[in-house]
Amino acid sequence: MRNLLAVIEKEMKVYFASPVAYGVLTVFLLVSGYFFYNILTVFIQRSMMMAVQAQQFGGATPAMDVPALVERNFFGIVSTIVLFMVPMITMATFADEKRRATIELLLTSPLTHVQLILGKFLAAMGFFAVMLLPTLVYHAFLYFYSSPKMALGPVLSGYLGLLLLGAALISLGIFISTLTESQMVAASVTFGALLILWVIDLSAQAAGPLVQEILGYVSILNHFDDFSKGVIDSSSLTVYLSFVFLGLFLTYRSIESWRWRT
Amino acid sequence: MIEVDRLTKRYGNLKAVDEVSFQVEKGEILGFLGPNGAGKTTTMRILTCFLPATEGTARVAGYDVFEDAMEVKRRIGYLPEHPPLYDEMTVDGYLKFVARIKGVAPEDRKRRLQEVKETVRIEGYGRKLIKHLSKGFKQRVGLAQALIHDPEVLILDEPTVGLDPNQIKEVRELIKSLSGNHTIILSTHILPEVSMTCQRVVIISDGKIVAVDTPENLTRQQQGAAHIYMEASGSDVAVQRHLQQIEGVLSVVSRPLGEGEVSSFRIETELKQDVRGRIARSVIEGGFELLEFRSLQLSLEEVFTQLTTQEEVRSQ
Repeated sequence: MRNLLAVIEKEMKVYFASPVAYGVLTVFLLVSGYFFYNILTVFIQRSMMMAVQAQQFGGATPAMDVPALVERNFFGIVSTIVLFMVPMITMATFADEKRRATIELLLTSPLTHVQLILGKFLAAMGFFAVMLLPTLVYHAFLYFYSSPKMALGPVLSGYLGLLLLGAALISLGIFISTLTESQMVAASVTFGALLILWVIDLSAQAAGPLVQEILGYVSILNHFDDFSKGVIDSSSLTVYLSFVFLGLFLTYRSIESWRWRT
Repeated sequence: MIEVDRLTKRYGNLKAVDEVSFQVEKGEILGFLGPNGAGKTTTMRILTCFLPATEGTARVAGYDVFEDAMEVKRRIGYLPEHPPLYDEMTVDGYLKFVARIKGVAPEDRKRRLQEVKETVRIEGYGRKLIKHLSKGFKQRVGLAQALIHDPEVLILDEPTVGLDPNQIKEVRELIKSLSGNHTIILSTHILPEVSMTCQRVVIISDGKIVAVDTPENLTRQQQGAAHIYMEASGSDVAVQRHLQQIEGVLSVVSRPLGEGEVSSFRIETELKQDVRGRIARSVIEGGFELLEFRSLQLSLEEVFTQLTTQEEVRSQ
């Protein structure tokens, strides 16, 4: 536990000493803020138009839950932006330790591989959470200006979903980072891998029914939809957690085999 | 303290380390000497549990590096060839992190930090970012990192490489001052370093050990005969003839020095008897003027070249 905390703390220090971290935080906030604003204005306009049409042609104003629609679309967009941010968060985890030979220090210290990997994973998750944190303000705005007050459940489940999605993507990114000494290579390969996971969903629709079902299950973004609707499905939870476990397990094996080859 | 037994590391068909065996006693400084690529770093990496060996065993303080890696890691301080530093951390921040992962108890950390900073003389640099330090200071921080948990065994991979002459001197003195309390293995390809700091030398070439001995014995043994350098005035042919008649002299090579009648002589004599006195007396009695007289020792450099090239001839 002591070792784990030491690794997490050191990773955090290294994160926030790097300009990449501030770049990632800034870009994420700008892009997610822009989309939030856009989504919000689009739905408000649409609801107003519907209200105007209802007045012109008579009849009741159709019920439209603007906050719920905004939330669902916002989480959908953020889950996509996250795909672009995760490679930047994970690229250095092991690749940079190898490049500057600090991996020799870590692997010759009385640290277990599990402590090392878990420490790096949790630190990356911490950074990811810090990145998401300011977006809570958007929902606060929506909440205070909504009438009747919007439901908070979907917001919470949405963030739970984002954290799970992030954990899955980060564990994959950390694994890829163990395969190379170059951060750039790690980032591009991770990005490529995440893109494939993203489009697997689309290709699933073109495939036969059985393949479609399997691919749909594997597609981690597919499972995210439930969370943004406020549904916490145990099968989605299982998929995410097994994905995280798989990623970290591969990382472990990769470090072991790297030791044998170096 | 350290027992290495027929250690082998194979990369495909290439043997980086080939049946290496040696022992290091407690408090001893062992020099690991060899050309680049001889297998020094690989051996050290196996001892520090960074790499697994293909065959053979190594024990540090009685613990096997493979079976009890955690116990070994707790007892070893390791300075790799490139000091493993985080440029973006301060010296204190970095050393505190290392103290934590090396298992220094929380109540001892502050004291140890102060002590190692004094030992490697980097007091006053604690708040500096590592990236702003000079190469010599980075090396010292690297050493501090290896010392922070007061390990029984220190393994230093080319600790003086890339430093300026003053820094090299300082680091060597520092290493010497650490022996006694610590058992030290240091690798180098610089020969004077070994004769200056180490009590014993392991010479390694192409993954094989070619010699283990004290620096003094190595230079003596390899010679086979004693050599004497002499300068004397008089006809070089006459002096040479005179010398060759002395009992115990094996051969004489003379060379005129170009200053009147002065010549230099390189005399090879038998090892088992000291004939220096006899030669000196005989030269003077022969009517020649003796200007310089000293026994020659092969430098470690020559021994090293002999050993490593012999190895090549043998393997061919």
